[in-house]
Amino acid sequence: MTTIETTQSGDRVIGQRLLRKEDPALLTGEARYTNDLQIPGALHLAVLRSPYAHARIVKVDVSRALDMPGVRAAYTGADLASMWAAPMPCAWPVTEDMKNPVHYPLATTTACYVGDGVACVLAETDAIARDALEAIEVEYEALPAVVDLNDALSDQVIIHPDLGTNKSYTWNLLVEETEGAVDAAFASATYTVSERYVQQRLLPMAMEPRAVAAVPQPFGGDITLYSSTQVPHILKIMTAITLGIPEHQVRVVAPAVGGGFGSKLNVYAEELLCMALSRKHGLPVRWNEERSENSMATIHGRGQIQNIELAADADGKLTAVRVRLLADMGAYLQLVTPGIPILGAFLYAGVYHIPKAYDFSCTSVFTTLTPTDAYRGAGRPEATYAIERAMDALAREVGVDPLEIRRRNFIRTEAYPYEAFSGLTYDSGDHDLAATKAAGLIGYEQLRARQAEVNVPGSTKRLGIGMSTYFEMCGLAPSRVLASLNYGAGGWEAATVRVLPTNKVQVVTGTSPHGQGHETAWSMIVADKLGVDPADVDVLHSDTAISPLGLDTYGSRSLPVGGVAVAMACDKVIDKAKQIAAHQLEAAIEDLTFEGGSFSVQGSPDRALPMAAIAFAAFTAHNLPDGLEPNLEAQVSYDPPNFSWPFGTHMCAVEVDLETGKVDLLTYVAVDDCGVQINPLIVDGQVHGGVVQGIAQALYEEAVYDSDGNLTTSTLAEYLVPAASDVPSIITGHTVTPSPTNQLGVKGVGEAGTIGAAPTVINAVVDALKEFGVTDVPMPASPLTVWNTLNNARANHSSGGTS
Amino acid sequence: MIPAAFDYARASTAEEAIALIGEYGDEAKFLAGGHSLLPLMKLRLAQPTVLVDIGRVPDLSYIREEGDQIAIGALTRHMDVETSPLLHQHVPLLAHAAGHVGDPQVRHRGTIGGSIAHADPASDLPATTLALGATYVAQGPGGRREIAAKDFYQGFLTSALEADEMLVEIRVPKMNGAGWSFQKFNRRAQDWAIVGVAAWRRNGDAGVALVNMGSVPILATDVASALASGASIADAAEMAAAQADPQPDLNASAEYRVHLAKVLTRRALEASGV
Repeated sequence: MTTIETTQSGDRVIGQRLLRKEDPALLTGEARYTNDLQIPGALHLAVLRSPYAHARIVKVDVSRALDMPGVRAAYTGADLASMWAAPMPCAWPVTEDMKNPVHYPLATTTACYVGDGVACVLAETDAIARDALEAIEVEYEALPAVVDLNDALSDQVIIHPDLGTNKSYTWNLLVEETEGAVDAAFASATYTVSERYVQQRLLPMAMEPRAVAAVPQPFGGDITLYSSTQVPHILKIMTAITLGIPEHQVRVVAPAVGGGFGSKLNVYAEELLCMALSRKHGLPVRWNEERSENSMATIHGRGQIQNIELAADADGKLTAVRVRLLADMGAYLQLVTPGIPILGAFLYAGVYHIPKAYDFSCTSVFTTLTPTDAYRGAGRPEATYAIERAMDALAREVGVDPLEIRRRNFIRTEAYPYEAFSGLTYDSGDHDLAATKAAGLIGYEQLRARQAEVNVPGSTKRLGIGMSTYFEMCGLAPSRVLASLNYGAGGWEAATVRVLPTNKVQVVTGTSPHGQGHETAWSMIVADKLGVDPADVDVLHSDTAISPLGLDTYGSRSLPVGGVAVAMACDKVIDKAKQIAAHQLEAAIEDLTFEGGSFSVQGSPDRALPMAAIAFAAFTAHNLPDGLEPNLEAQVSYDPPNFSWPFGTHMCAVEVDLETGKVDLLTYVAVDDCGVQINPLIVDGQVHGGVVQGIAQALYEEAVYDSDGNLTTSTLAEYLVPAASDVPSIITGHTVTPSPTNQLGVKGVGEAGTIGAAPTVINAVVDALKEFGVTDVPMPASPLTVWNTLNNARANHSSGGTS
Repeated sequence: MIPAAFDYARASTAEEAIALIGEYGDEAKFLAGGHSLLPLMKLRLAQPTVLVDIGRVPDLSYIREEGDQIAIGALTRHMDVETSPLLHQHVPLLAHAAGHVGDPQVRHRGTIGGSIAHADPASDLPATTLALGATYVAQGPGGRREIAAKDFYQGFLTSALEADEMLVEIRVPKMNGAGWSFQKFNRRAQDWAIVGVAAWRRNGDAGVALVNMGSVPILATDVASALASGASIADAAEMAAAQADPQPDLNASAEYRVHLAKVLTRRALEASGV
């Protein structure tokens, strides 16, 4: 296994639970978010949104709005049509024949979801702009909403008539050792299960809604876009293309960003409107999203109907997996909308060994709802949910404990690195160890014994135990693999490490943190590499003028790609410094060692030169080797050879109140293995937040639409984001299986909690109710849903005569 | 989340507040803690043209013993009700219920008078004071009058207060050692109740009121009558929804609400044993 190269003889910084250097500003309110920026003379943009899910726009009259004091301009979609050099971008055409409806920042002829922009106002204040929206008169001709995925597939109402269908694409992944292997496996299987699950739509609900400010230079055409985004680099390229602005004239800055969870991995209409209108008016234009506007105008997550079938032999070992997905794209394709279900395509066999007998197919359809796109885990929580729920179904079928069915199927530790059915190589893993550790932490055997004791007739409560054992395929990604998936960008990451004359260090990273703690973690990597204090490392990011190269933060990629790039840049700096040291110490390069921030000659420890002296020497350039450039700086662009494959086991215990249907989450254990941990405190934070987001999907959250396509959960009174008081203390445990594919041995961890949690909780709820014949409880398992499920099961049970 | 434009006037006495509301008429609203009104205004579901801020009117925030009653000033914050030693001694049901309103931030701003005057059937304190047989004191241009809680709630967000009247005091009978229980059923701790039950029992007497089981808080007199005539708790609880008119929403069907009312009433009565 790879171990970390370290230059320090004493305690390593990596592995310590350092408090985050980002936090004082965030916790005291000193951090500057986009909406905090003072921009004199800025006009405020407000967008009028369609109240209909589907309507022809007959007439838009902005004249009354224009008459209002403080209103500077008002535009319809048609007014702005000439401003766009290209339609709104979709960077992931997953198939050659994928249908992608052309759409622009404001709709011109048809509104396709509640929240679709149809007109906009520029005014002197936000309040005036929003008041003016009420003065715009729009005549709509209502068209039928398309809310249900199967209705969409039927093409009875076609949302984009020029496409001729609501189907965007069908994407297949069929892997068979020999033709017909999947069918043969099912035909000869001792056990089969066939399950249908629904991934409800979720609202990402970052704490900071979106905000945008476009600031043009008075002369020359340069423009700076401030945006609450995860992806300043991608945004720079995409806005340049969409608006026809030379790319070198666009600078994108992401100030403090209050969370994203994938929802800010996008190119949004309001970013383009602010840019276009600021250029048109020659003034800064800003926009600040309201919370209920965020519910409609920012992308949603999930939205799939999943059918999964497993075939297994007499021992319960998997012999084939078949998956059929129907995925909800929403009204349009946003930046990576079509790729989200495909990101899960490789994970429906989970952490289990299967032969080459895998049949996956996803069909995606348009609906008259807010577009979907990346949301924490993006395709992988959906896949994990399906296989982990189905493994419990298989355990019931075979008649063994859910933990036992998993143990029988785990990829064996000694098989790593493991070449999977798909051709992907899983880097490292020890699934049995993680499961054993989780079982120990929760007291699995004792819990099962207690369950048998307390789940008895007469009691109005039922104890349930659930688990999931999972992979988080992350660290997006090897560029060549992305190319094979038709993704419109690479997966590399850039870093620059610059040792200043006084031996302080600047790191420029292409990642764009929005809550993750990169400033702390990257400082810790550099501290160990260069032998400096983490406080002496400054991490610069999220401004394309300072960090021109990068591919930003999503998909648990920042550490395994961007953090590794930082470490590699440190190595290059050390190599260069070593040349200077050798020159000044009059020693051969190969005789020098670097430890504790100092170069010394092997065998003559008194002949040494600290990095501080070399840093200053590189600055004065008085005495450098011939031909060596006078700086101590190195840049790296790193394209990872593989995804990273964190894994783990989550377990929980729930108590279901049979009278009310309420699920009480008693205990939650998360054992995550993300390889080497740079800062275990940050890892715990990521796991806690991720687990709560998974619990939220399991028990609380759902974007609910009525049959007319109105979102009925647009405020935080209806959309139930759980608070600390609603979840138990999470018990975290870790195993550490270093990744062999990078020098730090690290894997990503941003999405792990979310991936593991939802199936863990629902498996526990189903386990609690198994005696009533319950095999599925739809998410979210609200008290009403559980009560209805239980009533139906009891009715079926008694009518079936199996009391 | 930006309210429609409105004017603002701050009253320094109850009399001034009543005069101001009389002057501005129907379009004016009293502002106390603001935790019901302001969210409605931000969503533009309420668009009063004038807010009369009574938050700094002195002498309307108190909890004191008056004979066999406890008198509570209308501007008393939920947190003060929740932590009052006097209420813990004499009306523990009310102190306990106040601790279930919203979250700590809401309880430090919201007032008991605001909650009752807003007359939201989903709020905890209207039903709790109704179960306790409280009397509300209203002050208008002509002076003060008392309104029994059972006569106060007239429809959804509609009370017996006249447009120029202000709720100034809540008078709650001492519980004199009665057993009690407050059952609040919700999905998140901070939410309104899907269904709630406030109940007390003492000897043969009982009071039961329901949260969020109709357009007004419901006094379930049928349950109390059944208990008085010797019914078992289980049988009496079956009467819980007899006087209710529950509506469906995202969290509950009407049928489920009826079921919950019965279950929670039974649990409340069992927990109120003395």
